[in-house]
Amino acid sequence: MAAWTIIDEQTPRILEMGDDGAVDVTAFGWERKPEGLCRADVCIPVSDGPVTLATFARLTGRPIVTDPAHRVAALGASATDQSVALASGLAPDFELPGIDGQTYRLSDYRGRKVVLYAYASW
Amino acid sequence: MWQELHQELADHGLTVITVALDRSIDDAAPHIKAAGATHPSLVDTEHVVADRYNMVNVPTVVWIDEEGRIVRPNDVHYVSNEYSTLTQFHSRKPIEALRAWVPGQAPAMIDPPPMPVPAQSDQEARATFALAWWLAQNGHSDAAEGWFQRAGELAPHDFTIRRGSMPIRGIDASGPKFFEMITSWRESGHDYYLPLSDTATTPDDYELQPVPQHSIEDIRRLEAERLSRHRS
Repeated sequence: MAAWTIIDEQTPRILEMGDDGAVDVTAFGWERKPEGLCRADVCIPVSDGPVTLATFARLTGRPIVTDPAHRVAALGASATDQSVALASGLAPDFELPGIDGQTYRLSDYRGRKVVLYAYASW
Repeated sequence: MWQELHQELADHGLTVITVALDRSIDDAAPHIKAAGATHPSLVDTEHVVADRYNMVNVPTVVWIDEEGRIVRPNDVHYVSNEYSTLTQFHSRKPIEALRAWVPGQAPAMIDPPPMPVPAQSDQEARATFALAWWLAQNGHSDAAEGWFQRAGELAPHDFTIRRGSMPIRGIDASGPKFFEMITSWRESGHDYYLPLSDTATTPDDYELQPVPQHSIEDIRRLEAERLSRHRS
């Protein structure tokens, strides 16, 4: 076992990973049940034995990038999930800090028209 | 100018939310203070918004209605003509469209196209960027470099990655490397910006509303002077 940093979408989590790559998938919001890997009312069949990070990524359609030398891996959002969310026409919600130190959430502005303007100072 | 539009249209129900895809609040704050912003001014160091909205360059604007629906998908709008010489974008049509949409005089856009959706390679590029950024923040800049390059190769059209990683990698994101990148991208037949057609700049914008003519050097100097008044 070794402690790894797994960046789950944009959030780093410290997780123990077995020598075989096995991880505790509950950290990503999934449960191991007799039916397979389950989240809410969705279950994905999975073979017996430990679920490795690579297997988890493959089953959930999420890209995984691994740097073993630094024990860090990044698990991205699945293109299918993102595409389904965007095709719904609803603006994806997010929460971010403001320069005033407060936390802002897009959904707090329901009832108003919003112009979301992404830019950079570079 | 977003500040002026926010103030002008707030009573008609508009909130402007700006999101800086910067390395830190300290990078973004002087620009926001210089603009005198009173609207929500957010900083997105991890590119959460770029990921969820499949944004591949800045500036990118999205219009959202009262029910939280996207009524103008990812578009390129400049609402100031100060840097028009550099950007080649004029503010006339975006501002007119916004002033018509907010009070309900016109739809946000007629027949808006769907939001662009990512390929799996785009999402792999974003995960690779996240890995590189983590390494860079945790004292492994050398290891990060290879991953930043890999992310750019996976999604060569994603300038939130290719240009956005430059300041992290010690490269001037508005310097020679940037111009080299953008020139080679255009020479290979691609567009750097992808504006939607209804508010895209056309020659008549310049005739109807002349813009200041500044050289790139003038623009850099003006920007540096403006920022130096707000850094503390």
